[in-house]
Amino acid sequence: MSKRIDVKDLNVYYGDFLAVEDVSINIEAKSVTAFIGPSGCGKSTFLRTLNRMHEVIPGARVEGEVLLDGDNLYGPGVDPVTVRSQIGMVFQRPNPFPTMSIRDNVLAGVKLNNKKISKGEADVLVERSLKGANLWNEVKDRLEKPGSGLSGGQQQRLCIARAIAVEPQVILMDEPCSALDPISTLAIEDLINELKDQYTVVIVTHNMQQAARVSDKTAFFNISGTGKPGKLIEYGDTHTIFSNPVEKATEDYVSGRFG
Amino acid sequence: MTATSLTSTQGAGRAGDKVFSGATLAAGCLILAVLFGVALFLVVQAIPALTAPADKIQGGQGFFAYIWPIVIGTLIAAAIALVIATPVAIGVALFISHFAPRRLASGLGYVVDLLAAIPSVVYGAWGAAFLAKEISPAYGWLAANMGWLPIFQGPASTTGKTILTAGIVLAVMVLPIITSLSREIFLQTPKLHEEAALALGATRWEMIKMAVLPFARPGIISAIMLGLGRALGETMAVALVLSSGALTASLIQSGNQTIAAEIALNFPEASGLKVSTLIAAGLVLFVITLAVNMIARWVITRHKEFSGAN
Repeated sequence: MSKRIDVKDLNVYYGDFLAVEDVSINIEAKSVTAFIGPSGCGKSTFLRTLNRMHEVIPGARVEGEVLLDGDNLYGPGVDPVTVRSQIGMVFQRPNPFPTMSIRDNVLAGVKLNNKKISKGEADVLVERSLKGANLWNEVKDRLEKPGSGLSGGQQQRLCIARAIAVEPQVILMDEPCSALDPISTLAIEDLINELKDQYTVVIVTHNMQQAARVSDKTAFFNISGTGKPGKLIEYGDTHTIFSNPVEKATEDYVSGRFG
Repeated sequence: MTATSLTSTQGAGRAGDKVFSGATLAAGCLILAVLFGVALFLVVQAIPALTAPADKIQGGQGFFAYIWPIVIGTLIAAAIALVIATPVAIGVALFISHFAPRRLASGLGYVVDLLAAIPSVVYGAWGAAFLAKEISPAYGWLAANMGWLPIFQGPASTTGKTILTAGIVLAVMVLPIITSLSREIFLQTPKLHEEAALALGATRWEMIKMAVLPFARPGIISAIMLGLGRALGETMAVALVLSSGALTASLIQSGNQTIAAEIALNFPEASGLKVSTLIAAGLVLFVITLAVNMIARWVITRHKEFSGAN
């Protein structure tokens, strides 16, 4: 239930502006890959190209290939809707649907495309997903209450439960802890460690300790200046990136000399 | 340099505060006073009609017998307007906010807003002189083919000056109100929630059902209520379009009347108890509008917990 991602020579544009230049990267299945780098280096932009969320922004487009177990996501005839149902996403700020109950939030993705699901199956799925997101014990008595009534960390775990309820191949996380307190952050990091038993996880983070704690591999992105495109500078085992990087820029960044 | 005392106040700033809060308080009180004044006027002027013996009222059967057919007529006309205008308005608003290319969207939004700027008498003239004539063949068809429904019972009016035509004209008039308010609400849907839906694999329409419409629901209801307010109270267009008469179930025969048009058509020649009767009719319209607004508020607050405001 998890697939690898291979990106070949990807250029990402906003209109005419080249935001990310020539990225090639191989992301292993059932592992956690972290993207680090200074603000504006294109790591979030690049992440959004992995499930075709990038093109939601008017004028945004890409050139190149993203292969999910060999199938090009940008191939002719590929429906972005299908891509997104296989590659889930968790956003920077928790975004449960405010008009839905906790239960309906978990089921939101499952009920799409007119899929019918019996109440019994739904109950099982809600429990399994919320347990998978380490949230079940906290919300099991108030599943019919609005999701927006939860704390920030709980809301983010609800969003993770919503993402895993559709049983995706890959889960993308765009700075999932940047709006959370340290305890909630710890809960999410523990969860990420458990998720990689089943899913391919890609996480963008500003927090280098977090990348070091949760990821197996780390990719360092950088820009040479404002208005220049972001580039993948170095990609390797997390341990190597943080202790013995090849590139000088990587070393400067992870040791806190800039960014 | 002396330490600033905590008790000293910056004179100008405080005075500004006081003036501003006084002005807002006055404005708030003024609204209440005007509303109360109108209500009081209506009640006082209406009392003679409400207490008069039944045979003195127009029609000779008392105020209630006089008023209820035109209350129903008013509600029918407004209901037709809303049934037609609401889906179209929401569709247009969604097209402008979420489907149309940006340049087309702003042009279309402008045109819709322009519809609201046309005076109601012009709509009335258009409805009476053009729409009624053009639409009467359709009424003939409805009477022939769907006449078994009481609302389409024949014989159809040949002039087309029916309550259905009036309702259609009203629909065109309330359309811009509902459209522009809905559009503003749709545009305010948080990007975060739209992206949440899309990232789950929602199509554009599913995203709208999942994120946009639930978020906009209270706003849509308010927009419909504003439209309803206009439809209930619209006078000139109905007076010009509708060839009024007794209450009938059929929408395609001439007949029926609305309160506002009834007042407008009869007021110039009215005197004595007749004036009082018409003002009492106005009071009834006032109460209906008030009741509708209260129901709308109740509907909105019923779902407050899930509104996303918490």
